[in-house]
Amino acid sequence: MTSAPVLALRGVSKRFGAVQALTDVELEVHAGEVVALVGDNGAGKSTLVKTIAGVHPIDEGAIEWEGREVHINRPQDAQHLGVATVYQDLALCDNLDVVNNLFLGRELRRRGVLDEVAMEQKSRELLDTLSIRIPSVRIPIASLSGGQRQVVAIARSLIGEPKVVILDEPTAALGVEQTAQVLDLVERLRERGLGVILISHNMADVRAVADTVAVLRLGKNNGTFPVQETTQETIIAAITGATENAVTRRAARTAEAAK
Amino acid sequence: MSNDTKTQASAPTSAVDPRLLQRESGLQGYLNEFKRKIRGGDLGSLPVVVGLLVIWAVFSFNDSKYFAATTGTFVAYYMVGVGLLSLGLVFVLLLGEIDLSVGAVSGLAAAFFAVLSVNHGMNPWLAVVLTLVGGALIGALQGWIFAKIGVPAFVVTLAGFLGWQGVMLWLLGSTGTINLPDSGLNHFLSGNSFFLGGDISGGYILALLAVASMAVSSLLEQRRRRSAGVPFRPTSEIVLRSALLAVGAFGAAFVLNQDRGVPNDLVLFLALLIIADFVLRRTSYGRKIFAVGGNIEASRRAGISVSAIRISVYAISGAFAALGGLAIASTTSAAGQAGADPNNLMMAIAAAVIGGTSLFGGRGRVWSALLGMLVISSIQAGLYMLGLNLDIQYMIMGVVLLAAVVVDSLSRRTQKSSGRA
Ligand SMILES: Nc1ncnc2c1ncn2[C@@H]1O[C@H](COP(=O)(O)OP(=O)(O)OP(=O)(O)O)[C@@H](O)[C@H]1O
Ligand SMILES: [Mg+2]
Repeated sequence: MTSAPVLALRGVSKRFGAVQALTDVELEVHAGEVVALVGDNGAGKSTLVKTIAGVHPIDEGAIEWEGREVHINRPQDAQHLGVATVYQDLALCDNLDVVNNLFLGRELRRRGVLDEVAMEQKSRELLDTLSIRIPSVRIPIASLSGGQRQVVAIARSLIGEPKVVILDEPTAALGVEQTAQVLDLVERLRERGLGVILISHNMADVRAVADTVAVLRLGKNNGTFPVQETTQETIIAAITGATENAVTRRAARTAEAAK
Repeated sequence: MSNDTKTQASAPTSAVDPRLLQRESGLQGYLNEFKRKIRGGDLGSLPVVVGLLVIWAVFSFNDSKYFAATTGTFVAYYMVGVGLLSLGLVFVLLLGEIDLSVGAVSGLAAAFFAVLSVNHGMNPWLAVVLTLVGGALIGALQGWIFAKIGVPAFVVTLAGFLGWQGVMLWLLGSTGTINLPDSGLNHFLSGNSFFLGGDISGGYILALLAVASMAVSSLLEQRRRRSAGVPFRPTSEIVLRSALLAVGAFGAAFVLNQDRGVPNDLVLFLALLIIADFVLRRTSYGRKIFAVGGNIEASRRAGISVSAIRISVYAISGAFAALGGLAIASTTSAAGQAGADPNNLMMAIAAAVIGGTSLFGGRGRVWSALLGMLVISSIQAGLYMLGLNLDIQYMIMGVVLLAAVVVDSLSRRTQKSSGRA
C-alpha cells in the first residue's frame, strides 16, 4: 500500500466540556483496505467516527482526503466526499418506512417528484443481497427488531457511491447468519476498492476480515498492527494498556488487597 | 404477490419474513388489512369520519332543519378562513412543534392588507402579495429564533401571539376597524362568490374532476408498480377508494347545490390542500419534514439541514395564516380588532388534531385540516341552530378537542405496543 491514503487523520483532538475524548489521534485508511478500530468502552472510537462523519467537528488537527486537507464541519461535507457511516446508535427515523429511511437525504427523483417505485425496487434488491428477512420494505422502522434495524442502517450506507465506509459495531445485535453476511459484505467492499473502518469488540471478527488493527486507548493511539503478523495477545495488551493486562491487573489487585 | 415468490425462488433466504401476515389479494385482503391496522392503533381518518356521521345524526335528530339547504353553505362559509390557518399548522405539527402565533398573524395580515389597499389605495393584488410575503417573513423570523437561537417554539410563538396582536392594534389605529370593499379578491374570498357563478353544474364538474383524477392517477401508479415488479394496489381497492371519494364529493356538491353552489373560497382551499398534500408526500422537501418530525439527529446525520426545514416550515405556516386572515376578514367585510380572535387559533389547532394529525410529530396529513374543520363547523352550525349560548358552545368544543387529543395519545400508545411508532 504505497499510494496516498484515501482518508487520513493527523493529530486529531476532540473535547466535550471537561472530557478530552480524543488526543492527537492518527489514522490512515487506504483504498481496498479494512482497518479495524478497537479499544475498550469509552476509548473514543465512536467519537472518532463522528468527527470523520461531520457529526462532531474536530477541535485540533487535520483530516486529509486523497492527500488533500479537507474541512468536515457538517454531515453533508462528509457525504459529499464519499464517506458513508453506520452509527452505533443507528440514527433511523422511526416514523418512516424502510425505503424512506434507506434513501433519506438522497431520494431518487423522476421529473422532480419522488420516484417511490424505483426506490422500492432498489431497496428490495439491496436487502436481498444482505439476506435479511424484513416483513416488508413498506413498514415503519419502529416495527423492526434491533438486528433488522441494524441491517437497514448498514444497507443505508451502501446507497450512493461511497469511497469509505465506516461501520461502528455493525454486528453487535446480529445473529450468526447475519454477522457472517456483514463480514462477507466487508470483504466485498474491500474487493470493490473501498476503504473500510470497522469497529468491533469481537477479536475473531476483526481477525477474520481486517488488514490493519488500530488501537485506541483513553482517546489516544496505542499502536497500529498488521493483522497477519500480530498475535491476539499483543492486540489485547494494547487495548488494555501494554504494561498491564488482565493477569497483571489481578496481581495488582491482590497486592492492594493484601496491604 | 408474484414478486415475493420470485425472490424466494432465487435466494435461499428471502427478504420477506414468512411469519409476516401477507395481505391476501382482492377486497377481502383489503378488509383484513384494514382491521389489522385499526387494532394496531393506525386509526387514520376513521375516528373523525365516524364522529362526523354521529354529529350529523345527533343534530338532525334534534332538529330536522339541520339538513336544510343553508347548513351546507354555513359550514363552507366558516370552514375556509380557519381551515387555512389549520393547513399551515399541519406542517408545523408534523415537525412536532406548535405555532401559537397564527391567529395573531392572520389578524395582523388582514389589518396590513386593509391599510395598504383601502387607506393607501394600493392595487389590491399587489397588496395581497405583500401581505402573504409579510406573513411568510414573520413566520421565518419566528422559525429563525427557534432554529438558530434555540428558544422553544412554544415560547417564541407565544411571544408572537402577543406581539403581532399589538402590531395589528397599532396599525388599525384609533378607528379600530377598516371596512373592506366587497369587490375583487375580497369578493372572491368572501364566501359569497360561487364557482361558475353558482351554476348547478359547477359542483358536479369539480366532483367529477376529483374522482377521475384520483382513479386515473391510482391506475397509472398501479401499472408502473406492476411493471416494476413491486407490490401494487389491487384494482378492487382502487375502485373502492374512488367510490368512497365519489360519495363524499358528489354528496358535498349536492348539498351545496341545494343552496347557492360551491363558494370560490372553498375551491381555493381545496386546491391548496391538494398542492400541500403533493408537496408533503411526493417531494423530497416534504419527506424531510416528516424525517425531522421523526428523529432530528437522524435527519441531521442524513445531511438534512434541520434549521432550514424549521425556518421554512414556520414561513409556510405564516403565509397560510396571512391568507387565512384575508379570508376571515373578507367574510366579515372588515379588518378589525376581532381579526386576531384567539378562538381562531384554538379552532385551527383543534381542527388539525381532530382530523388526525399527531401532536407528537411525524404523523399526519393535510386533509386533517379539512376533516377537522368539517367537524368543528358542523358542530358550530348545529349549536347555532339550536340557539345555544356561547358558554355551552365553548364547553362542547373543549370536550371535542380533548376527545381528539385523547384519541391521538391512545393511538400512539397502541402503535407503540404493536410496533408501529
Ligand atoms: N456527546 C458527548 N458529550 C460529552 N461527552 C461525550 C460525548 N460523546 C462521547 N463522549 C465521551 O467521550 C468518551 C469516548 O466515548 P465514545 O462513545 O467515543 O467511546 P467508544 O470507544 O465508542 O465506546 P464503546 O465501545 O462503549 O462504544 C467517553 O468518555 C464519553 O463519555
Ligand atoms: Mg462506541
